[in-house]
Amino acid sequence: MTAPLLAMDGISKTYPGVQALADVRLDLARGEVLALLGENGAGKSTLMKILGGAVRPDAGRIVIDGVERALRTPPDAIRAGVAVIHQEFNLVPALGAADNLFLGQEIAHGLPGFGIVDRAAQRHRAGAILARLGADFDPDRPCRTLSVAGQQLVEIAKALVSGARILVMDEPSAALSAPEVAALHGVIRDLRRDGTGIVYVTHRLDEIASVCDRVTVLRDGRNAGGTAVAAADRADLIRLMVGRELTEEFPHRDTVPGAARLVVAGLSRGTAVRGVSFTARRGEVLAITGLVGSGRTEVLRLLFGADRRDAGSVHLDGVPVAPRSPAAAIAAGIGLLPEDRKLQGLVLGLSVRENFALPNLARLSHGGVVSRTDERRECGEFIASLRIRTPRQEAAVRGLSGGNQQKVVLAKWLARRCEVLLFDEPTRGVDVGAKVEIYRLINDLAAAGKVVVMVSSDLPEVLGMADRIVVMHDGRITGRIDDVATATQESIMEAAVA
Amino acid sequence: MIALRQALALLRGRLHELGMAWVLLALCVLFSVLTWSEQQPSGAAAADAIAERILAATPHPRVLVAIRDVPDDVALADRLVDRLRSGGATVVAVAKGGPKDARDALGRVAAETPGLDAIAGSAASMAWGVFADVGTDFPALGAPALVRPRSYRWPNFLKAENLLNIANQIAVIAILAVGMTLVILTGGIDLSVGSIIALASVVTAIVIRDRCGGVAAGPGGMVVAGLVGIAVGAACGAVSGGVVVAFGIPPFIATLAMMLVAGGTASLLARGESVYQLPDGFMWLGRGADLVGIPNAVVAMLTLYALAQFTMTRTTFGRWVLAVGGNREAARLSGVPVSATLVAAYVLSGALAALGGVVMASQLKSGSPNFGQMYELFTIAAVVVGGTSLAGGEGSIVGTLVGALVTAVINNGMNLLGIESYTQRVVLGLVILGAVLLDRLRRR
Repeated sequence: MTAPLLAMDGISKTYPGVQALADVRLDLARGEVLALLGENGAGKSTLMKILGGAVRPDAGRIVIDGVERALRTPPDAIRAGVAVIHQEFNLVPALGAADNLFLGQEIAHGLPGFGIVDRAAQRHRAGAILARLGADFDPDRPCRTLSVAGQQLVEIAKALVSGARILVMDEPSAALSAPEVAALHGVIRDLRRDGTGIVYVTHRLDEIASVCDRVTVLRDGRNAGGTAVAAADRADLIRLMVGRELTEEFPHRDTVPGAARLVVAGLSRGTAVRGVSFTARRGEVLAITGLVGSGRTEVLRLLFGADRRDAGSVHLDGVPVAPRSPAAAIAAGIGLLPEDRKLQGLVLGLSVRENFALPNLARLSHGGVVSRTDERRECGEFIASLRIRTPRQEAAVRGLSGGNQQKVVLAKWLARRCEVLLFDEPTRGVDVGAKVEIYRLINDLAAAGKVVVMVSSDLPEVLGMADRIVVMHDGRITGRIDDVATATQESIMEAAVA
Repeated sequence: MIALRQALALLRGRLHELGMAWVLLALCVLFSVLTWSEQQPSGAAAADAIAERILAATPHPRVLVAIRDVPDDVALADRLVDRLRSGGATVVAVAKGGPKDARDALGRVAAETPGLDAIAGSAASMAWGVFADVGTDFPALGAPALVRPRSYRWPNFLKAENLLNIANQIAVIAILAVGMTLVILTGGIDLSVGSIIALASVVTAIVIRDRCGGVAAGPGGMVVAGLVGIAVGAACGAVSGGVVVAFGIPPFIATLAMMLVAGGTASLLARGESVYQLPDGFMWLGRGADLVGIPNAVVAMLTLYALAQFTMTRTTFGRWVLAVGGNREAARLSGVPVSATLVAAYVLSGALAALGGVVMASQLKSGSPNFGQMYELFTIAAVVVGGTSLAGGEGSIVGTLVGALVTAVINNGMNLLGIESYTQRVVLGLVILGAVLLDRLRRR
């Protein structure tokens, strides 16, 4: 039997106060796609950072093609044939795909480091590689103008240029729409045929069957188990990840929708949102879905006053609310969980307490002086009731896992006692266990009579959580599903691509 | 093993928080060692110890005091005579002047009231040759003891007057650094503070000269003039901040423009010259020392730091500043009035820079368009050495005070060691680089 492409063995890593990895083992064969599963904080990221040379393990061996390798820096890893594609891409936004592909390894004539770049050759090779990946854009187009999926293809192409045989993809589908995910899976199957080994880190259980060969699960920094995909059962996987039985993925909600509370009519902004009208009722969850760029996020931002609207009216309980700024929206009782919690939801350098208090300072202060007692007490209450896992209130929110960060954002608005809650991708990058907790909170809000509007591209989540569904395409509403029981992922997709 | 590693990590965390304070302490120790030298007490401060020694040696002694006719010695003699008399001694004579005056006095005493227990004076007067052979020259006096101030060894750096000197030197930059810290915390920078010093000093001096009676101006007029200067600085800040917010112009450019405008305006107003027509009373702020000998400028500076520390840690505004600097979009989406916070930071920076200008005008009893040159850079250096991130969102007021002290101590220490000013600049530059590098390494 030949040596596996990659064997990581006995990997341990301790951070101050946290044992991130303990004696973890991971194997990868040539031409294999390995799904790496685990809740946030299970150690997936640390393990992949070790493989990518960004973090040094305290103990353990990494053997690639039968040769033990010391991956001390990212360049070490690249030389060993490892490429890591992070969720946040490492592309120079203003440069074209071709320039990004050859960044640091330019095809040049003359002295190394002082040569003249042969841009024609680069463009030619880049075009060939991108074409192989099914990308149809001009290799000179600045990367910032590409879609997320396009940028991802550039990242994959970059890995191929560097001669990578082991490709690590960290939640590659998180920001993609369904057709884009399907295309990505096609690319992965192609790479697999050429003998590339792929570690596929994901939270989405439903895509494992589509693209992966084998599953391995981490829990609390240890190997929790693994299996071939053919033998994998969804409930088993969830149990392995969470370490307990999850009775229901989408907890049941037992409320009867009441009267209309939020009435939106003719909402418009440029070409992004065109004449959107809908009603949200007391006690229900209204989902807005559609492909990336369909205008769903923009609708929430208009309702929250984050962008200026060109036209349209919004009434809450018959009273017109027309927020011209987020501050005005918050004053009117509207809260937004933004799409990207790191860029829009949280000040990462500040503590859990300070982030929590940010929209609540007016209430928590007297004459401009913040009452620390009230602040600590309230923050403590929400940490307890939302089960936010943080070492202290004073810990920087940067260090929390995705699910716990999302709960901090949620706590901000719950403490504010908002009447209208706008959720934009509330469970993106959130692990299975925390997902259910967030779903429960959404249910509680609906049951309490609040207006809950949820934007999501995760169709099982939309079907599992919503009472009614609005589907958008190209800034317009192209489908309304009032009886979710009759809806399927296919029927939603049909409206979304209309 | 793991516990040990965790303990080390925790320790490293504390060190990072206090990092620059350790550097400050190390610098103080270094300069204390390097300036360790013989100290000669003089003036009134030396008198008490001398009196005590004389009174302890003999009850009801007869004493002759001999001194030079210089202010230090006169102060010593005044105090000494007081203490001796109240201790039951008889001061038979005070000889003031040179050795000849001392010889005359000794002769008079020997002739009139023989017997002398001690001769006391300053280190200089006690070294006069005339005292060496009193026993043989004036047998009638007996064998009086020669009592002079005892010398001791102590670092020049740690002398109270030197420490106050450091605080006084740093006062203006430290005041500016409060405002600069706010602006840098929001993710901006304020290059105009040096020019605002000049503008505010000129405006204040001109208002006193032209509107408040010049050299005859009263306290009310001077306060009003100072407030006008500060208001002008605040207005400059409002313009910078307004331009940054309304047009999205980078703070570096907006305040660079303000630096030129304010500096040029100061020269125009003063016609390129200094304004000297100020009353002596105007120096109260910069040179007075009303609170147990602490200079008023230092009191003002420390008060400002206390206020700023409270503002940043305890108030809504402080939280807004950190949030805006840490993540402007998240702050906006949390309802923080981002534009108002930014403008307020620049207004405060301008007002505090102007206050620094008023202090400097008071210290130098004039207003001049040449004041404050390069101060924006020294101020930024103090803030950065104090650990505030130029990217915004992270830093502290206390850190800035430590940073300002570090730069001042380095300057002062080099002055004490007699290092000339060109070398000082080179060293200061390297120290700033080193300090920030150290901070960077510790943060890893």
